[in-house]
Amino acid sequence: MQSESALRLVWIYPDLLSTYGDQGNVLVLEHRARARGIPVETLHVRSADPVPESGDIYLLGGGEDRPQMLGAERLRRDGGLLRAAERGAVVFAVCAGYQLIGREFCGDEGQPVPGVGLLDVVSVRGQKRAVGELAAEVDPAFGLPTLTGFENHMGVTRLGPGVRPLSRTLVGVGNGDGTEGAYAGRVVGTYLHGPALARNPALADLLLRWVVGDVPPIDDTWYEHLRKERLDTVLSR
Amino acid sequence: MTQLPLRAQLAAALGRTAALLSRMTGRGDGSVIGGRVGLLLEPDLLRQLAANRRLALVSATNGKTTTTRLITSALQELGEVATNAFGANMPAGHVTALSQAKDAPYGVLEVDEKYLPEVLDTTGAAVVCLMNLSRDQMDRAAEIWLLAKKWRQALHGRDTHVIANADDPLVAWAAMGASQVTWVSAKQRWREDSWCCPECGGPLDRKDDDWACRECALRRPEPSWFLLENAVIDPQGRTWPLDLQLPGRANESNAAIALATAYAFGVPVERALPRLREVRSVAGRYTTVERDGRVLRLLLAKNPAGWLEAFDVTDPALPIILSVNAQVPDGRDTSWLYDVDYRVLRGRPVYVTGERRYDLALRLHVADVAFQLCPTFGDAVDALPPGRIDVIANYTAFQQIRAEFGRAV
Repeated sequence: MQSESALRLVWIYPDLLSTYGDQGNVLVLEHRARARGIPVETLHVRSADPVPESGDIYLLGGGEDRPQMLGAERLRRDGGLLRAAERGAVVFAVCAGYQLIGREFCGDEGQPVPGVGLLDVVSVRGQKRAVGELAAEVDPAFGLPTLTGFENHMGVTRLGPGVRPLSRTLVGVGNGDGTEGAYAGRVVGTYLHGPALARNPALADLLLRWVVGDVPPIDDTWYEHLRKERLDTVLSR
Repeated sequence: MTQLPLRAQLAAALGRTAALLSRMTGRGDGSVIGGRVGLLLEPDLLRQLAANRRLALVSATNGKTTTTRLITSALQELGEVATNAFGANMPAGHVTALSQAKDAPYGVLEVDEKYLPEVLDTTGAAVVCLMNLSRDQMDRAAEIWLLAKKWRQALHGRDTHVIANADDPLVAWAAMGASQVTWVSAKQRWREDSWCCPECGGPLDRKDDDWACRECALRRPEPSWFLLENAVIDPQGRTWPLDLQLPGRANESNAAIALATAYAFGVPVERALPRLREVRSVAGRYTTVERDGRVLRLLLAKNPAGWLEAFDVTDPALPIILSVNAQVPDGRDTSWLYDVDYRVLRGRPVYVTGERRYDLALRLHVADVAFQLCPTFGDAVDALPPGRIDVIANYTAFQQIRAEFGRAV
């Protein structure tokens, strides 16, 4: 069913890494691509199946400790995601997905677990769960408006020299050192969990531009209403 | 029923007084405050109140309040039944329920999922009913694999009769270690949280209601009760048409569990089922209210599995009002909206309201569902012509709508 011209989205392991609205990132990318007349093919890859290397954008969601460990183990064994990223594919990972594409994260018993190694980050368990709204200023290199979203994690993530922070927090915890998320090339990780792209359509368009080049503006009325309501509420506290 | 020690009698009596004052002053229904006062005076009160009664504890992500009500109705065939009918499902609510019916020989208690191990330990309940587990209010609720593990530890080797839904892999895995289990094939429609084996993490192969792990020995236990379309088959192989007044397939699942539970208490299906059929609405859910010629049916949906069940009940020919809040009891995180498949609403007149209406509006926009945004619930009602209207709301949004109608529902 693959056609050369379609945008290929690959949702990694919805059976393990789909905890709370993570599907939203797939839906938003599909919707925004189709609004520009770009045909989309979406593949849901379950954890028992191989990860194809030919995708354009790979999406990873959140998960509990055990599914996160299982997901990392299977992705390392499979190797498809790593090969796709080496080929230059876009990867967007949220929450537990962000941790597991790093070098190492924390398992259910507090033990270090090897990640997929797409990002030079190491995550450990923090003292306190970070639960709540997050707002952050994105790296000026991207020219994106303020990030908004919800975080729900216990991770503290240390960034190595191979990555740059995605943003600096205005409200919320993020990586735990005043930064939030990380990126290297076209691989992006963030603690904004669930449908992070629904609150940040400009970030969704950045991922699309990396694949298809310039994209024309579309009607963002409902996105803007929500962004304004959330940012007004969160930043005025 | 029980001769309570003096201290416990006093604690229970003061708790009842506090509950009465709460009701008289219009502060609440008293379910929680009364129990809190009692527990403050006698921390061991719940254990003492539970002693010498035959109790059933009911827990699940969805359907707790309704199933508690159905089981209570069935057990009333045997005598007086103590129950926390208003959904106050933590220990304070249990104390209130038991002290308000201190002579009742039976009790049916709805129990919050997180509190089940503790309440089971304290009450030593004879029967535990477990229906389903799915994602719910992630910012404050326990993660469900972890929750299933805690249930499993609490039930392992325990001399409690467990009535469990064999079709839900997480529930079945949690109940398997108990010494006596009645397995009910009560169906599972929301499957997004059970594609992987709770034992080993391997893929689950699923065919109809059956499931088995591809990588380890875990598989669905053999049920002795089966739910069909609007009918239940009992362990003797007899088929009973359900014909409930409560709508929707989720309530058929709740009824199957209730019938198996009543049976465990010695109430045969022929006596239990007519009692179940009498139940029309539960704590305002499924009820209809009227205003200016608009007849509104109120449905509560608190999480993605609940929305799936609510859509099953709605009438595709009618306009629908959706109201979503994100207060603490709702979960402050609205991410779950993307786990609900709203495409079923395409082509229906849809009205969007609630404190988080912009979150819902964008969600519908992404699903290509046309809608009208309304600042208040009243605006949505006024925007519609007289006639029947479906309403789906999450927890506090639902309570706000009930309050608009004076909680006469």
